[in-house]
Amino acid sequence: MSASNDGVTCAGSAIPGTPAKRKPRRWLRWLRRISQIVFLGLFLILLFQTEFRGTFAQGVTEVIRLDYPVSIFLEMDPLVAFSTAISTHALYGNVIWALVIIAGTLVIGRFFCGWICPLGTLNHFFSSYKPERKGKKRVDANHYKKWMSTKYYLLFALIALSVFTSLQTGILDPIPFLVRSLATSILPGLNFALRSGLDFLYGTNVTWLQGIADAAYRFLGSSILSFKPQYFHFGFLIGAIFLTIAVLNRVITRFWCRGICPLGALLGLLSRFSIFGMEKVDSRCDDCNQCLLHCQGACDPQGKVPWRQAECHLCFNCEAACPQDVIRFKFFPRTEAINPLPDLKRRRALESVAAGVVVLPLLRASTGLAKDYNSGAIRPPGSLEETEFLARCLRCGECMKVCPTNAIQPALFEAGLEGLWTPILKMRIGYCEYTCVLCSQVCPTGAIWKLTEAEKLGRTDAVGAPAGKKGSGPVKIGTAFYDQGRCLPWAMATPCIVCEEFCPTSPKAIWVQAETVLRHDGTTVTVQRPRVDVDRCVGCGICEHVCPVQDRPAVYVTNIGETRSRSNQIRLESGAYH
Amino acid sequence: MGEEGIDRRDFLKRSSLAGASVAVACGLGFWLHSRSRRPGHELAASRVRNYRVDVGNDLPKMAVVTGGTPEGLAEAALTALGGMQKFVSRGDVVVLKPDIGWDRVPQQAANTNPELVKAVARLCFDAGAKKVIVTDVSCNDARRCFMRSGIAKAGESVGATVLLPEERKFRDYRINGELLTVWPVFTPILEADKIINLPIVKQHNLARATMGMKNWYGILGGRRNQLHQNIDVGIADLATFMRPTLTILDAYRILMTNGPQGGNLDDVKLCKTVVAGVDPVAIDAYGATLLGLRAEQIPYILIGHERGLGNKDYSELQVRYVSLE
Repeated sequence: MSASNDGVTCAGSAIPGTPAKRKPRRWLRWLRRISQIVFLGLFLILLFQTEFRGTFAQGVTEVIRLDYPVSIFLEMDPLVAFSTAISTHALYGNVIWALVIIAGTLVIGRFFCGWICPLGTLNHFFSSYKPERKGKKRVDANHYKKWMSTKYYLLFALIALSVFTSLQTGILDPIPFLVRSLATSILPGLNFALRSGLDFLYGTNVTWLQGIADAAYRFLGSSILSFKPQYFHFGFLIGAIFLTIAVLNRVITRFWCRGICPLGALLGLLSRFSIFGMEKVDSRCDDCNQCLLHCQGACDPQGKVPWRQAECHLCFNCEAACPQDVIRFKFFPRTEAINPLPDLKRRRALESVAAGVVVLPLLRASTGLAKDYNSGAIRPPGSLEETEFLARCLRCGECMKVCPTNAIQPALFEAGLEGLWTPILKMRIGYCEYTCVLCSQVCPTGAIWKLTEAEKLGRTDAVGAPAGKKGSGPVKIGTAFYDQGRCLPWAMATPCIVCEEFCPTSPKAIWVQAETVLRHDGTTVTVQRPRVDVDRCVGCGICEHVCPVQDRPAVYVTNIGETRSRSNQIRLESGAYH
Repeated sequence: MGEEGIDRRDFLKRSSLAGASVAVACGLGFWLHSRSRRPGHELAASRVRNYRVDVGNDLPKMAVVTGGTPEGLAEAALTALGGMQKFVSRGDVVVLKPDIGWDRVPQQAANTNPELVKAVARLCFDAGAKKVIVTDVSCNDARRCFMRSGIAKAGESVGATVLLPEERKFRDYRINGELLTVWPVFTPILEADKIINLPIVKQHNLARATMGMKNWYGILGGRRNQLHQNIDVGIADLATFMRPTLTILDAYRILMTNGPQGGNLDDVKLCKTVVAGVDPVAIDAYGATLLGLRAEQIPYILIGHERGLGNKDYSELQVRYVSLE
């Protein structure tokens, strides 16, 4: 522990040459608390708004978009900007807003962590609300520890991966981490619990209890309750990781922020030349450790040691807590008592970069991407070609949250280890709504590139259709196939063709042919047998979704024929050399 | 008692506590054991859904109106039938059941015309209805269907209550049909005093045509995708279960091909017709002619006729033909 008790302590005594004491400045801490609440609230509101709820004030319209910039927290995330800039050599759309945070950090330091970051705020709350560890134990825990530099090495390894166009930062970047955890696990779980309770009330058939349930649905239906319950592929894992991080706060204050968060690491590095910081009047410090007791960043705010600028969240707890007016935050503090660089070892840094560099060839030399591409990895409409997609996808789960049919799911290993939690469509859960482009609207990084309805449908007559791209055709995400051994008209001499009824293209990609077929008892029956027109099929999967052979449908979609790929094609006309 | 023993008082207290806990545990165990049944389905509610009113024999049973706007067509049709007040009484809760099945705009003629829905809702209010509910159980995402069909806005603009289908409001009902026995139904539709069926005329590959009788698919939840396996009996069963106050068939725009959702303006024919009346079979029989079919070509119309749900030979009814042009 670097807080030493040796040397002369001159508790509170006025020494010539030291500035006069003043009243402790507490309003900054209050301002910070208000800012945290406001930004966490804003974050949650925007997350709740990441759902099309049907604004009926609007009438007939060709265009359905969300009213708010729901992905703005992701777009202003400096690590999103930094890592996608490295992996794609460009900044997509609203990601330019990250400059606000980057510029702010360059000037005043890691204010984002202490004032804005919604995950930081949650970690702050879980760490500090009625803490189990008190007094000396907590003071000890709040000293800087060597393991806290882990986040920098994680950052280096992730950035090294980004150089080779595999964007893995989103797994640990706090904003994508939080959006994904809430959207695909915590909120669906809360929905399940709330619905169970409210539906129990509704099911009692007691009028006033039903009234309560109806009112609760109306009230919560604009925020926490989604229109329909949502289900996510192994969402439990995602939620369990989030809850583990939350609980770890009880053991180590802001464990995630101090030790893991690669965004915190990036901001720590960016704060190197900031002109705002802490100045200590060491001579006044009587080692009461009040500052350490309340420290969030483990930045060594106590007297007589250098302040670790790269670790400080600028929470201002120390300044508010200090009874001796040792700690002052100000512009242009004296630099002698500041340690502006993180605690890094050159050797470890090189090793972490090397680790990132080594991982990529191992990932890419595995099957999945170049060879034996999984036929079930059906990407949302508008998705870029797979390597371009992997260079951009944060796995934030925005597309999964907004999908009106719940079709978009976090992949486990369907898209390879590299594609963990990237979006794929599972048609038994939902299907791609023919005229919907919301996933492309909310994607913050252009992994799902912005798409208009006209582009998706390939209609050149519609408003907003791309000029001069006549005949570019609709966006296909895959192609449907029949399993004739399971199909009712094919295998069971029974009429069905629900698939044909739901096929949304016009003319329909599923066409039928009336055939007289033999039944088991020797009689004949005329049924219409469905077939797929491979050129018209867009792979939306509604046929698979509505097939009455529910467990393993008689019609199913695989990703072949997807517009984004030049090689994953059947037809000569749509292939790479066309 | 020696030093090793316990006193009587302690013995009694402790042994009776132990005995009591054994008694409670055994009692609870045997009680739970006696409750054990193989889990099954709850009995479903049953009621004939007859919303018809007696309109007497003086007025026509069916009106066919052509020309003009959807709104004008609806008004003329109801006038021909003797006015909405013949069907809707003061204080009634009226459910309008348009087809809001698909994520399509009105020009594509996959859903009932919103102007028609609006006009009928207004006529209901004018006749004294306390509440008018507009709802359907959509095939595509209901939020998109209700919005892009224009029906949600049309309904709300005249004060009707537009209800999106919520999963929690489905209950099992006994349909008591030949094929459909028990099925989940969207209850707000059944909890009405009067029901007006507001279908649209569309081609349908399996059923050949979808109009009024088939429109009752839209009250069901559950595994609707199984109904195609015997679609005609299924439709007839539903039409037996649901006996509406009135059927108003939208043939302003009709879908000639690629039904029941179309998507292409080439699939649509402007027909500027509304058929209204109290005989659902006769109305479907007339609607079929608009698609170039005869009633006899559509099995569910024949079944409905045989079951006495209505008369497929609409010319035998008093039909009032009105032209607004």
